[in-house]
Amino acid sequence: MTTVTDTMEHVDGHHDHHDHHADHKMTGIKRWLLTTNHKDIGTLYLWFSFIMLLTGGAMAMVIRAELFQPGLQIVEPDFFNQMTTVHGLIMVFGAIMPAFTGLANWMIPMMIGAPDMALPRLNNWSFWILPFAFGILLASLFMEGGGPNFGWTFYAPLSTTYSNGSTAFFVFAVHIMGISSIMGAINIIVTIMNMRAPGMTYMKMPLFVWTFFITAYLLIAVMPVLAGTVTMVLTDTYFGTSFFDAAGGGDPVLFQHIFWFFGHPEVYIMILPAFGIVSTTIPAFCRKPLFGYSSMVYATASIAFLSFIVWAHHMFTTGMPLAGELFFMYCTMLIAVPTGVKVFNWVATMWRGAISFETPMLFSIAFVILFTIGGFSGLMLAMTPVDFQYHDTYFVVAHFHYVLVTGSLFSIFAAVYYWLPKWTGHMYDEKLGKLHFWCSMISVNVLFFPMHFLGLAGMPRRIPDYALQFADFNKWVSIGGFAFGLSQLIFLALVIKCIRAGKQAEAKSWEGAEGLEWTVASPAPYHTFATPPKVD
Amino acid sequence: MSNKDYETYYVPEQSHWPIVGALALFLIAIGAGSYVANLDTGEGVGGYILLAGIALIVYMMFGWFSNVINESMAGKYSAQMDASFRQGMSWFIFSEVMFFAAFFGALFYARMLSVPWLGGEGNNYETWNVLWPEFQAAWPLIKTPDGSTTTGMGWYGLPLINTILLLTSSVTAHFAHVALENNKRASLKFWLASTILLGTVFLILQVVEYQHAYADLDLTLASGIYGNTFYMLTGFHGMHVTLGTIMLIVMFLRVMKGHFTPENHFAFQATSWYWHFVDVVWVLLFVFVYIL
Ligand code: HEM
Ligand SMILES: [Cu+2]
Repeated sequence: MTTVTDTMEHVDGHHDHHDHHADHKMTGIKRWLLTTNHKDIGTLYLWFSFIMLLTGGAMAMVIRAELFQPGLQIVEPDFFNQMTTVHGLIMVFGAIMPAFTGLANWMIPMMIGAPDMALPRLNNWSFWILPFAFGILLASLFMEGGGPNFGWTFYAPLSTTYSNGSTAFFVFAVHIMGISSIMGAINIIVTIMNMRAPGMTYMKMPLFVWTFFITAYLLIAVMPVLAGTVTMVLTDTYFGTSFFDAAGGGDPVLFQHIFWFFGHPEVYIMILPAFGIVSTTIPAFCRKPLFGYSSMVYATASIAFLSFIVWAHHMFTTGMPLAGELFFMYCTMLIAVPTGVKVFNWVATMWRGAISFETPMLFSIAFVILFTIGGFSGLMLAMTPVDFQYHDTYFVVAHFHYVLVTGSLFSIFAAVYYWLPKWTGHMYDEKLGKLHFWCSMISVNVLFFPMHFLGLAGMPRRIPDYALQFADFNKWVSIGGFAFGLSQLIFLALVIKCIRAGKQAEAKSWEGAEGLEWTVASPAPYHTFATPPKVD
Repeated sequence: MSNKDYETYYVPEQSHWPIVGALALFLIAIGAGSYVANLDTGEGVGGYILLAGIALIVYMMFGWFSNVINESMAGKYSAQMDASFRQGMSWFIFSEVMFFAAFFGALFYARMLSVPWLGGEGNNYETWNVLWPEFQAAWPLIKTPDGSTTTGMGWYGLPLINTILLLTSSVTAHFAHVALENNKRASLKFWLASTILLGTVFLILQVVEYQHAYADLDLTLASGIYGNTFYMLTGFHGMHVTLGTIMLIVMFLRVMKGHFTPENHFAFQATSWYWHFVDVVWVLLFVFVYIL
């Protein structure tokens, strides 16, 4: 493990004048608008992501209210479609991804002993364009003809020939989200490559840093492809091109290829950082080093590589040539190998550890179990002939909510609980944290588990009405949904409470916590590691 | 190792340029959005909002880059900072490569898969027979399944001249860089100016080619997948050449003001990387869009 010989907050002799300047922070709104500080920007990302989580969550409540009973009762089908679409877009691009970027901003410089992110002004820009993008997306819901209604995957021709008037706004909003992600990713890569403290070699980096490093590469490789996709949607819709129109020599299936070439790596963009988080929290609460550190690094890299050659498992039913179906089936199953390595390593880390069950650990254990369930349903979907039956049913919805909600989102909760003392200087209310965990844990399974059965029985996704035989399960799903939504208010209350007051946190807030971030005071000073620590 | 031999990394103070840039991007997005959404009627003020956004982003770049230049000239940057900039720029160019890859992917897919399939290849005989039995698969696709026609663009003539121009400009850009590293300022100016000239002529010829395509060949953006891929690829490439040329002009002005030293010339280096990148893209374009 790493030891730190010098972590004092002193300023190096020969450059002191500007370090001095940067030390007093502005107050009020200006501090947040003009900031170049990685901690401020991290905070902004995290709050933005939480607001988006609640916004997207409210839309999910609309969806579940409509689906509470068979028949159409609350919203128009077209509005229902807008809700599923914008819910998906907001959760993916507005909640999960910014939360991870926020964690990266807060933690990576502290974990590698850097004074800040490598390109601080760019960092500010990457954040502040995001609220504008989501402003546009949300505003489009109120435009004539309504907002996007073609699903978060915006398949052509739904998004081209049959789309409503606001598609152009959708396209440009996605462009801005893409720019934000690419700039954020470049910043992460450069910070990690260039700003590590002396002595911190790549294989000494915390696994958290490794997973964000690899994720950032995925981002710069696929976000531009998403930009290309939406551009083609734009020209097909408004400028008479026929990329996705067979009458002009194009092909709607081409859309799916390009979209999923982005889309599958995108789902790993949303899970690799989660792997990094639980690989930090589990050792801390087991008071044991992570089992198989280097195998974790290689597994992460293999998953990232494989994620580029499995995209067509989303397209088994499009009538691909048989060779394509087989290739994508086997490659997809191959991903289970490095993923299995990871799950094994987490379990092995817990094996004979001195485990204590604080809230971050509870969320981490839930992550390991429930993410694995999501991985297994993924494996079922990966089998081509079986997917013919499951595709576009609630089984798929169950699968990706297990990996994204009980996977990515739970890991984010674990991370927030784990580092809240470092951020705020206060311990959070453990009782409230446990309450949040158990409410979430129970309701999330009531919410998503029955979806497996609905899907296996053939209930199609993205439809506002359903056959009577699905009524019972849907009622339970909706109840679970409302409960899960309400449970998140506990989290909000907890965070606000923790910011305002609480037991003073020590520099090393958890007994088993390891890493440079625990060597600085809690709350972390505005500037840390102006002089790099030495790591051996 | 003691901390003394470690130079402090410059962390800039608060800056208002990013938020100006965010606002600019917002104006561009809503301006472009409402402009495009109202294309058919031509109503609305979207176009003006778009222009305002572009003006604001130019202003932002000007201010932001002057900040950076001033800091650099004031000696606030360390070698480590320089490395950050270099790595940032290289990964940015990588992301641009992936953007073009999406359109090249569409081109290859259309040529190798969707067009032959529409013509009945493989197990698609019935598709062809039922949907468009008249259709014949060919590339360039001069007659689409729904019957609209166009003409293919040859590779000789303007495209060939343009290839030569751009390849030459990559060489002159390299000479300029060598001259800068050897501190030969006069030769630096000469080669830089030649690169700008070559880039500009390329752009002019590209416009001439487009006019020819629209007026004489009936090859438009809407001429089926052939016209789509042709204009999207050459069009985005042209936009990048335009940006590259502007960057070169800025570098030229800075050279005239005496900026850059043999050791310290990140902006120049980045511009030259960018220029080589657009050049490589063009070579791929020339091969896959024009020749084959
Ligand atoms: C063992 C690993 C995994 C396997 C084998 C797998 C496999 C699959 C397959 C075959 C589908 C397509 C189902 C269909 O549409 O018929 C699918 C859908 C999906 N997966 Fe996974 N998956 C895995 C892990 C993940 C992870 C880690 C995430 C995200 C964190 C994820 C997110 C999604 C999403 C969002 C969809 C649905 C996309 C949509 O159609 O809206 N998957 N998965
Ligand atoms: Cu996938």
